[in-house]
Amino acid sequence: MRTGHLVAKDVCWRPRKNQPLLLHPVSFEVYPGRVLGVVGPNGAGKSTLLRMIYHYQKPTSGQITVDGLDLWSMSAKVAARKVAAVLQEQPGAFGLSVREIVALGRTPHRSGLSSDGARDAEIIDAALARMQLEHLATRDFDTLSGGERQRVMVARALAQQPQVLVMDEPTNHLDIRHQLEILSLIRSLGLTIVVSLHDLNMASDVCDAILLLKDGHCQGFGSADDVLSEPLVSDTFSVTAQRQVLSESQNQHLTFHLPT
Amino acid sequence: MIGTGGILLLFSISVAISVGAVSVPLHTVWSILINQVAPGTIEQDWSKGREAIVWDIRFPRALLACLVGAGLAVVGGSLQAVTRNPLADPHLLGISSGAAFGAILVLMHTGMFWGLITVPLFAFGGALATTLLVLAVSQFAAATSADRLILAGVAVSFIVMSLANVLIFLGDPRATHTVVFWMLGGLGLAQWSHLAFPFAVLVICGAYIWANARKLNAMTVGDETASTLGIPVARFRLIIFVVGALITGVMVAFSGMIGFVGLMVPHIVRLLVGGDYARVIPASALFGAIYLLWSDIIARTIMAPEDMPIGIVTGLIGGLFFVWLLRRRAR
Repeated sequence: MRTGHLVAKDVCWRPRKNQPLLLHPVSFEVYPGRVLGVVGPNGAGKSTLLRMIYHYQKPTSGQITVDGLDLWSMSAKVAARKVAAVLQEQPGAFGLSVREIVALGRTPHRSGLSSDGARDAEIIDAALARMQLEHLATRDFDTLSGGERQRVMVARALAQQPQVLVMDEPTNHLDIRHQLEILSLIRSLGLTIVVSLHDLNMASDVCDAILLLKDGHCQGFGSADDVLSEPLVSDTFSVTAQRQVLSESQNQHLTFHLPT
Repeated sequence: MIGTGGILLLFSISVAISVGAVSVPLHTVWSILINQVAPGTIEQDWSKGREAIVWDIRFPRALLACLVGAGLAVVGGSLQAVTRNPLADPHLLGISSGAAFGAILVLMHTGMFWGLITVPLFAFGGALATTLLVLAVSQFAAATSADRLILAGVAVSFIVMSLANVLIFLGDPRATHTVVFWMLGGLGLAQWSHLAFPFAVLVICGAYIWANARKLNAMTVGDETASTLGIPVARFRLIIFVVGALITGVMVAFSGMIGFVGLMVPHIVRLLVGGDYARVIPASALFGAIYLLWSDIIARTIMAPEDMPIGIVTGLIGGLFFVWLLRRRAR
């Protein structure tokens, strides 16, 4: 699968003209196959930023490019072949099977009336296999567990054959085992990924680069060691953050306390 | 599945024509129908009176039942997808009452100044206006959740229904029977010359909705996800609302308000054929037609020779189904 080079240059967003910016100009770059983690407190502008990348909210100004092509000067359908998203919304009680949901990923590759061909079927099967969902293919989506549902949504995004994958809080509402599974999955996909995460230690484990946001401002962009420093994290989240070395593994680990 | 459904539909139509105040045996029904299509193929052994009952009264009535049932079921199914709301239904969302309002306005006040098409046209206008009103009210009340949209629909529906009844009583203070027809529906006015409108609308709009089955599937996941699949979500939803108002408007113009068909049929169909809209839409049309045929058979026979309004039958069955659905959703 081809992976894309994602560049954002001075993108910002406000709901309407004459209203204050909810996201101030931010620039960053994700190299092909790398993982960018977007972190920050609630209301920092994470969702706003992700929405501009997955072609849902148009930037007020600035530019987002994939492999040099401006995402917002192409049609929604063409953009959908470049960027896929795994979001927190999930299918309601409409009785779609796992395979039918994964097949939705082929939508931007089909014209309105034509049905899926043999090539599409292959791609759908490959996405199901990649997420180890073959045995669930005919199951009703509503009957799946949280972890299985999340894998189905990732398989649907893979069937879209994107160059960039956006994931909004993929570990939310999952137990630890399934959180770890999703994270190792993110690492193994080999796609260019932008993921928002709440857990800073997970973010520094999984991501090649971190973008730290607060109140619509970029607080830092770079490697986890640089961006998730004690003073920056303490300031951004209004806590006292301490970076400690775990005695067994010698890995760095952040701990947090309420400031006294 | 489609084959079985097709046979069931033909059988239901035959029974619907056969049953009534004067019962006509099934083989006579078919002989008359075949003779009408290809005159002289079968030797006539029935009276002129029976032929008139079968061909001029019951056959168009059965066909109208099929068209209305299919239309309302398809509208219900597609509205459920674009609102991501399993309770969406043209009746509950007030679209039917808007259509009734428009039709009553023409029939009792303005007159058919553009000929026969005036009625369905105004019914469509009323349906569309009410649809937009419901959407505006749910925005105004900041009602974003699924159940709130239905509440907004029910509220608007009550208001528009009252206004429609005001129109009726302004036109004729003793027209209680007219109120009953519009509020509870009826297929008794079916005529050959009127069937062209509902038929054309069902075929064209139904085909359009069916062709967009893939988008309807995507809409059940969520607005943002559908949008990341390249679907212009807001525009598509509006188109489905307009097409739904068109189908509902034309159906209501010829049959009054028949409730709960659009709510119930797609749910039962999903249990039979699964959730893929490429199958849900045609199966809903088929099953909706069969369902309304049998509702009409019940309505005509239960108090024979009187016709009971068909809305009493669909209301009773649909209301109970609604309770069951709420219970199922609560779990």
